Amino acid sequence: MHKLWIIIQREFAVKVKKKSFIILTILMPFLIAGLIFVPAFLAQMNSTRPNRVGIIDQQHLLPDTLMRDTAQISFVRLYTGQGATLSKSHLKHFISKNLSDDALTTYDAIMVVSDSITSANSVTLYSTSEVPQEVETYVDKRLTEALRDHKLRNYHVKDINRLIEDANAEYTVRTVRLDNAGNETMSSAEIAGFIGMILSLFIYMFILSYGGMVMSSVVEEKANRIVEVMVSSIKPWQLMAGKMIGTALVGLFQFLIWGLMITSLFMIATGLLGISQSPATAMPSGMDAGQIQSIVGQDSGLEFLQVLQGMPIAEIIVLFVLYFIGGYLLFASIFSAIGASVNEQEDTQQFMMPVILIFIFALYAGMFSMQNPDGPLAIWCSYIPFTSPIVMMVRIPFQIPLWQIALSLLILYGSAIAILLLSSKIYRVGILMYGKKPTFRDMIRWLRFK
Amino acid sequence: MDNFIQAHNIRKAYGEHVVLDDVSIDVPRGKIFGLLGPNGAGKTTLIRIINHITMPDEGSVIFDGHPLCTDDMLHIGYLPEERGLYKKMKVGEQAIYLARLKGLTAREARTRLKAWFEKFQIMPWWNKKLEELSKGMQQKVQFVITVLHEPPLLILDEPFSGFDPVNAELLKREILALRDKGHTILFSTHNMASVEEMCDHVALINHSRIVLQGAVDDIRERYKDYTYSVEVAPDAQLDGQIDIVKTEEGPKRKVLIVHKPQDETNASLLSRIAAQTEVYAFSEILPSMNDIFIRAVQNDELH
Repeated sequence: MHKLWIIIQREFAVKVKKKSFIILTILMPFLIAGLIFVPAFLAQMNSTRPNRVGIIDQQHLLPDTLMRDTAQISFVRLYTGQGATLSKSHLKHFISKNLSDDALTTYDAIMVVSDSITSANSVTLYSTSEVPQEVETYVDKRLTEALRDHKLRNYHVKDINRLIEDANAEYTVRTVRLDNAGNETMSSAEIAGFIGMILSLFIYMFILSYGGMVMSSVVEEKANRIVEVMVSSIKPWQLMAGKMIGTALVGLFQFLIWGLMITSLFMIATGLLGISQSPATAMPSGMDAGQIQSIVGQDSGLEFLQVLQGMPIAEIIVLFVLYFIGGYLLFASIFSAIGASVNEQEDTQQFMMPVILIFIFALYAGMFSMQNPDGPLAIWCSYIPFTSPIVMMVRIPFQIPLWQIALSLLILYGSAIAILLLSSKIYRVGILMYGKKPTFRDMIRWLRFK
Repeated sequence: MDNFIQAHNIRKAYGEHVVLDDVSIDVPRGKIFGLLGPNGAGKTTLIRIINHITMPDEGSVIFDGHPLCTDDMLHIGYLPEERGLYKKMKVGEQAIYLARLKGLTAREARTRLKAWFEKFQIMPWWNKKLEELSKGMQQKVQFVITVLHEPPLLILDEPFSGFDPVNAELLKREILALRDKGHTILFSTHNMASVEEMCDHVALINHSRIVLQGAVDDIRERYKDYTYSVEVAPDAQLDGQIDIVKTEEGPKRKVLIVHKPQDETNASLLSRIAAQTEVYAFSEILPSMNDIFIRAVQNDELH
């Protein structure tokens, strides 16, 4: 046992001291946080300078309260019908001047109201380039509402004003929801799927890279011929176990560091989002909830975090670690056997092919499981040990029955131990076999060697 | 005789291929035992079995009086023919790691390693990665690592290959010194000169079997072909009764290589020659291990 511990220590130390490990460990959380938060921040940055829309309403046909400032749009009345009306050519000149002047006074769009807003084509938006999408959407929406109100009022129904108010109140709430669904945000099922996919990619990456590490380390020892010195001091199973445990500890160590770093980055990032949210809440009291929420990007980030907080995070982490260890045991055993059988790194290719195919299949199964987490493919692949770590990571955020998880883990660990025992037999013979490249048949023959 | 290692009737086959067939050797305590044989004869497999790396299909190994077990690995130092250490690991760190696997504490290993490094004057290598050293330097490091835990049994597979003459001499001195301290040394080699110089006992393996085994002196005695070197006067003319194999002329003396009939005594041969000329020197020529090796292998091939 003491010797096993010495080997574990070395395997751990050698891998943790590697430059590539240190760099990847430090950079990865920033990359992930960046992937999640950069779009949110970018969206926020856009909204820091609202679109300026100038309104030319010579006959004062537009009700003052209709076009209200939002986080992204501010309206300025340029010309109300107090004085003389401008001629058509003057108007054109006035518009182009206001659209193309220096930066401070430039408007992104000019809205010209030429007729009562209840008639068609009464409002026109002018712009030098495209009219910003959000401006057009907002103006359309408000005008439609006004038009509808107006038309409803014409029916002379009793208490029509109260009815409209009632209806409008409800309508406002619903537009907000439509906005969200239509634009940036995701429902919690989509977020669960997204988290599941990230987790399965992670476990895929973890198992493959750490399993691969075990393999290249086995190949290196064999190619270096140090393995003969090693097995004159310790039993081959101790070397293999020490290597696998040491490497797994490196993986868990990296997982721990990433967990801590990502948690703190999330806290910093939510802190930043929270602070930048205050100007929005400090906006004029006339703003409704919908306008506050329609700050694009920000609410998607917030909602993501909210859904994330709603997830059983502790359960996910525990299961991730359990599935990583199980999957790693299974695949690292296979990788050790392959590594021990070949003479140099290049020879591993032919044996790796089937293993990689299994991984790719598992990833595909995972993707399909995201769409249908309780379908037959998802459930079957949750029990097959070669695919279960990846597929289960997709399914777990959808909250599946505990007995399914227990059964899948039982099968995974059972077969991992069986494969480990077989692999250690191949390993024991393989590490001392030099010369011609072995075939699968040779490897099976080695199982019977004393 | 007190044997440190005894291998009894070892048989090992990989599938159909028999690598060792009924091989028995006795390695006397505190002696240098040479394991000889052409490539592919099964030496490395036998060495691995004695090292407890490979298990024999049949037969047993007795280590210091008891059947070989896992703990005995701590008391063996093994220098494999294909040398190998971790290339990227620092020399000192690596030696301590391997010594700890042989049961030394880190502190003990460090102290002993320092002593060896100072003796060989290679202290500056301590913090170098192995790959920064030359092949010869790596060999030296590996030898130190092999003996660091002062094992009672040293197994050296081709210890001199890769050493320059100066370092080979150094290595030879160290091996002899270790023997004088009571270590038992088993080494396999093709270098027959070193066998004659160093080995007390040898075993010759050919085609998975032992074809010759025993003390070097006994074997040479057994293989002697009654050849003598006689120094005589340069003008000596011997009659046809003396079977002269070869003559080496010299200005002051002539050296004759003479073959003696097996049943004749040395005194009789000498007096026959002395009757005809002045004899300055008379000595028996024992066959070299090289000749014996070749003869034994060829003999074995015939059967």
